[in-house]
Amino acid sequence: MSVEVRNITKRFDNFLALDNINLTVPNGDLVALLGPSGSGKTTLLRIIAGLESFESVDGADILFKGASVVGNRVADRRVGFVFQHYALFRHHTVYGNIAFGLKVRRGRDRISRKAIRERVMNLIHLVQLDGLESRYPDQLSGGQRQRVALARALAIEPRFLLLDEPFGALDARVRQNLRRWLRRMHDEIKLTSIFVTHDQEEALELADRVVVMNKGRVEQEGTPSEVFHSPKNAFVMDFLGNVNLFHGRIESGRVSFDRSEVVADGNKQTRFFVRPHEIELLPENIDNTGLPAKISRIQLAGAIAKIELVDSSNKEIFVEMSHDKYSMYKFQNGDSVFVVPKNSIVFPEDYSI
Amino acid sequence: MRKQRHHRVLPGFGLTFGFTAVYISLLVLLPLSLLVLRTTSLSWSEFIKIVTAPQVVASYKLTLGASFLAAVINAVFGFIVAWSLVRYKFPCRRFIDAIVDLPFAMPTAVSGIALTAVCAPNGWVGSVASSFGVKIAYTQLGVLVALIFIGLPFVVRTLQPTLEDIDKEVEEAAESLGATRFQIFTRIILPSVLPSLATGFTLAFARAIGEYGSVVFISGNISYRTEITPLLIVAKLEAFDYAGATAVSVVLLCASFILMLIINSLQFYGRRFK
Repeated sequence: MSVEVRNITKRFDNFLALDNINLTVPNGDLVALLGPSGSGKTTLLRIIAGLESFESVDGADILFKGASVVGNRVADRRVGFVFQHYALFRHHTVYGNIAFGLKVRRGRDRISRKAIRERVMNLIHLVQLDGLESRYPDQLSGGQRQRVALARALAIEPRFLLLDEPFGALDARVRQNLRRWLRRMHDEIKLTSIFVTHDQEEALELADRVVVMNKGRVEQEGTPSEVFHSPKNAFVMDFLGNVNLFHGRIESGRVSFDRSEVVADGNKQTRFFVRPHEIELLPENIDNTGLPAKISRIQLAGAIAKIELVDSSNKEIFVEMSHDKYSMYKFQNGDSVFVVPKNSIVFPEDYSI
Repeated sequence: MRKQRHHRVLPGFGLTFGFTAVYISLLVLLPLSLLVLRTTSLSWSEFIKIVTAPQVVASYKLTLGASFLAAVINAVFGFIVAWSLVRYKFPCRRFIDAIVDLPFAMPTAVSGIALTAVCAPNGWVGSVASSFGVKIAYTQLGVLVALIFIGLPFVVRTLQPTLEDIDKEVEEAAESLGATRFQIFTRIILPSVLPSLATGFTLAFARAIGEYGSVVFISGNISYRTEITPLLIVAKLEAFDYAGATAVSVVLLCASFILMLIINSLQFYGRRFK
């Protein structure tokens, strides 16, 4: 195991940023720390890098390849850190930025100018910035700056790569491209990497493993498909994509949905979470299992048809279906239809979305 | 071909530029050109004779030398003051921050008298210094002390905003790349504050060249030794030697103008990557 985090707690004044975090990052993986803002994901990343302290309780430890690094300074941990806003040295050129980590080496670690030049030029080629080595950061686009930051972090041959919201400040298109490029690069160099993001799509698309965080705790950890298809709790389910909430009862093995929150009789009311693509819309109420609703908006641009509905108590329901299916029924705005959840998840603990 | 008219996004360039030109002309250029004009009542040889008189030359050396030295000292220690005011939190920080402005705000004669009282052989600092055999008041050292005193706020106030602007993440990035604190300071922080440091130095230097009030008390005004050029100008005026006073002023003016020009172009060179 590459990076191990044990019993890490961090408080900012009275705010509990991290609550006894335990985490293991397998060798060679690209791991996403996913969570809303304030969930502690960036703090955790900074603690791993050594940029932030943590509460020294019994058993609290950070291990790199089995060895504790708690006593080590940032400079000695040799981790590549990529900052959200790049943190480039503005009075150094692209070349100077990437070479910085090599030029500051002292004593035995010093390497010749020629060797520095060779490695920096290789990295410039790797991050596809050939010909831009004498530019200053101010003369680069956001995507280019991010790649300089990445090359600069890679120059020191880090043991791990830590990226804090690496695509956060970029526009959607550049973000998409850079994301795919980063995944390809990771597959090439196989450097254990951890990145922080609040974008579930980014985490699911890019990472080998996803760590979902909330309020300073790890809610769930697993492969993207694990966390998406078998979320451990309502928070994970909600955070990983749109979700519809239904209330209903389980009566003699049969589920009956209604969206009123009033318990009609002695039967226990249960909350069901249903993803938008796991809902069927029918023009008629077959089996009497459907919930009446009215279509309020249809959005057809994109790979799937997105339909918004409101039910009798004016709550919104989101439905996604293929264009094929959509054209079968030819739904129109304002149509009255029936909603049939196909696959729902019930969580034992209560959680309000 | 029709000429394309260039429209600026911000309106009012004509008006504001016109105002600036008139304002600068009336306040700065007009008095200065009158100064030069006044000297033309002298013949060239008379002019040379006045401005190269041994007493005057000695005062140039003192004024320029002490001003330069004071500005250098202020650049170093002003940097430290600005650094600690920006980077650290300590009790009385706001109070000390406010005190930095005092040399700006006090009438220079008051500063001069105060400094003289402290540095005179029977003053607090002066008595300690004289026990080591060092005389401050009524020597060239005294001139230097006064010039350091009045120049300090210029360096501190120009450096503060730039130091505040330094991104914490940039330092963290350098640290994560293996740089020591010293390397971060010399390779990252210093280059980014150098332009402001140069500006602060220039301002302190310029102020010191023209300083009169605070120096005349502490220097003792001994001919050839502690006489500064502005004092000579005043002395000439009091003797109704207007032409002589303006001649020396013109020399001082030219000297400071050339120095400013040099420093500003150095600064421009240093900013080329911005």
